[in-house]
Amino acid sequence: MRFKKTRRGIEGKLEAVEAQVLAQCAGELLELLGDSEAVPDDPIAAMVGLPSGEVTTPGDPALARLLPDAYADDAEAEAARDFRRYTEADLRAGKRAAASVGLAQLQPLLDHGGRLVLDRDDADLWLSWLNDVRLVLGTRLEVTEDMTEDDLDPDDPRAQVLQIYGWLGWVQESLLTCLDPRVS
Amino acid sequence: MTAPAQLDRPETDESTTPDRPWVTIVWNDPVNLMSYVTFVLMELFGYSREKAEVLMLDVHRKGRAVVSNGTREQMEHDVARLHARGLWATLQQD
Repeated sequence: MRFKKTRRGIEGKLEAVEAQVLAQCAGELLELLGDSEAVPDDPIAAMVGLPSGEVTTPGDPALARLLPDAYADDAEAEAARDFRRYTEADLRAGKRAAASVGLAQLQPLLDHGGRLVLDRDDADLWLSWLNDVRLVLGTRLEVTEDMTEDDLDPDDPRAQVLQIYGWLGWVQESLLTCLDPRVS
Repeated sequence: MTAPAQLDRPETDESTTPDRPWVTIVWNDPVNLMSYVTFVLMELFGYSREKAEVLMLDVHRKGRAVVSNGTREQMEHDVARLHARGLWATLQQD
């Protein structure tokens, strides 16, 4: 499957199995992102929608890659915590929203495949969630820039995941060629 | 003509000098496609393709590149937008 620009929008023709793989990826991304772990017990924090508890860098490296620290310098640890406290819920919500849109658009294609037509807004969401899935898989596989499928034994359980990772990169690249950047 | 009233600002850390700007840095990672990084820099910052490609190649070859500079608040905004797009970004004082 690759995306092409047509007069209807940005189109991809999916086999059922391709739609199923993409839907599974979107579902797993949603599960990983979950809801914010911090429960507001401070009434003022709850009123303004902020977690009142401690919000820390996720322990899972894949989730930490999706929700990274904003400061690299340890001397700014307090600023990093504040940044996370004020922004992480929005970041999660945005990523979840993109994956949810993708998952919903894949539903009608799961049984028999078919045509997926994206408008410009959809395409932006698809770029984001496809990229997030690749970040998760790439982190789990500990990929390097020049890693190929030949680097893994075909019997290695990671080989199939690496194949999906490579395919997602190809799909994402095809989507990028259909898009001109839109200055925000 | 008038000027905005001076606001009392909370005492800031003495090591942060106000005239040193803050910068947003994008770090290399093995996952993000080069074409995607270029696209995001063009879309978020309105950079030309040429400028975005130079920055992307700096990230790729040197491991990092400064993609914007300004106040701390502006850089926190830029970092948040880059994280939303999946780029690995941090801010620091230049």
